[in-house]
Amino acid sequence: MSQILINNVQKVFTTPGGPVVAMKDIQLTIQPGEFVCLLGPSGCGKSTLLNAVAGFQPPSAGEITIEGKKILSPGPDRGMVFQEYALFPWMTVAQNIAFGLEVQKKSRSDIAQTVNQLLDLLHLKDFRDRYPKDLSGGMRQRVAIARVLALDSPIMLMDEPFGALDALTRRNLQDELLRIWEKLGKTILFVTHSIEESIYLADRIVVMTYRPGTVKRDQIVDMPRPRDPSSAAFNALKRELGALVMEEQQRHANAEMKLAAVD
Amino acid sequence: MNKLKSLMHGALAPVLVLLVWEACARAGLFSAVVMPAPSAVAAKWWAYLLPAQPQAEGQSYLGWLLSGELLHDAYSSLYRVIAGFVIGAGLALPLGLVMGANTRIHDFFNPLVQILRPIPPIAYIPLAILWFGLGNPPSFFLIAIGAFFPVLMNTIAGVRHVDGIYLRAARNLGVNQLTLFTRVILPAATPYILAGVRIGIGTAFIVVIVSEMIAVNDGLGFRILEAREFMWSDKIIAGMITIGLLGLAIDTAVSRLNNHLLRWHRGLEH
Repeated sequence: MSQILINNVQKVFTTPGGPVVAMKDIQLTIQPGEFVCLLGPSGCGKSTLLNAVAGFQPPSAGEITIEGKKILSPGPDRGMVFQEYALFPWMTVAQNIAFGLEVQKKSRSDIAQTVNQLLDLLHLKDFRDRYPKDLSGGMRQRVAIARVLALDSPIMLMDEPFGALDALTRRNLQDELLRIWEKLGKTILFVTHSIEESIYLADRIVVMTYRPGTVKRDQIVDMPRPRDPSSAAFNALKRELGALVMEEQQRHANAEMKLAAVD
Repeated sequence: MNKLKSLMHGALAPVLVLLVWEACARAGLFSAVVMPAPSAVAAKWWAYLLPAQPQAEGQSYLGWLLSGELLHDAYSSLYRVIAGFVIGAGLALPLGLVMGANTRIHDFFNPLVQILRPIPPIAYIPLAILWFGLGNPPSFFLIAIGAFFPVLMNTIAGVRHVDGIYLRAARNLGVNQLTLFTRVILPAATPYILAGVRIGIGTAFIVVIVSEMIAVNDGLGFRILEAREFMWSDKIIAGMITIGLLGLAIDTAVSRLNNHLLRWHRGLEH
């Protein structure tokens, strides 16, 4: 099974102002089928970590393995959903979903069947021949999810996928994602800066510190789903994690003030 | 109703100019040789359009109807524009694609391109005649040069400006280098490339008129120069108007094609 092992990973970016340590000493094991949220303020390295797992930016030190194999490049075994959707605007909804399968040289009938199943699963049937420009943000993100599901990869990486959506659409897609996750048993690594979103979705929340990004808290969320955001347990955890995130947010703000003062 | 209104609104200025022009001409303000009345130009245009000879025996009616000088000239010019453009754009597109995709190839060719690009195609006329003699070939050469650079520059820019997010998404889906190029980079660059095509066709059309003034004996450019020899200013203006109409037709056709090819594109103006 696809266990993700993040072993003592570090990432240093060289910038004109000198090297910046984006993350260090990250040690995480993600079990197959687990839904893990990476939570933290911007600049905490959560997207850096996700990009390293995706294979876009290899870590400066340490290694990431999946099923014991070291990650060296991006690949369809780790489908990524981006905040900016990243749909190909020149392809229709159905073509976008089919693209990954065409790349894998699947047969026409297999592709057609998978595409139809996914259009069904994500309630996109009526939109199959539309172009992305004609879809709302929520619809586009459904297509992006379908495109990744088409790969049938065991792992889904999601980089603030619902960050640009309004609250209602967001909740709706969170529920859809949970439904799909429960049905298909994917391993999900989900980056967010919303505390509520992480508690609503995750089995486990990894709170990260502001630069350099380290693991501040590795929190199991032991609540049955569907979770009620107005329940006492939900809110207790939200307060607790909120305090942790706020500390880091404060460090972030102070660092920016210092920079501004230097300018 | 609104459409009619806006049409009338748009026609107001041209009609006004024509009326004033006609009135001035009839009042004898200037000589008909220097500036003929619009009605005389229209009559000439009509005569230029219609067949010059009566229908010959064995000639089909349609063939006869299309045998007029104007249609022949317009066809000759259009043919040169298309042939020259296909040569120029056909060379510019692949070169632009590799220059956009590969920095080393770009740096190799770029100095040459930057030196040659500012030279107007017109400046190649003496060489074009030396190299290709008379007839169509020098025209093709000049038009190809006119079309080459806009298509080249836009293709390079198009490939270089492909949004990195598409490349990341594609690599995540597991595409190889060739598929990345044909299915992602090329379509992502089409808005730029088609903008270059439109500019290139426009340039080709300017160049065809000039090139016809030097080395051939038909085409719209040749005809207005020929008319000057005889001081037929009405025919000069009739030829100019035809050039305007043909240019408009070409641009409309290219713009329609753009709209179709870019029907997925967000920033499309309708």
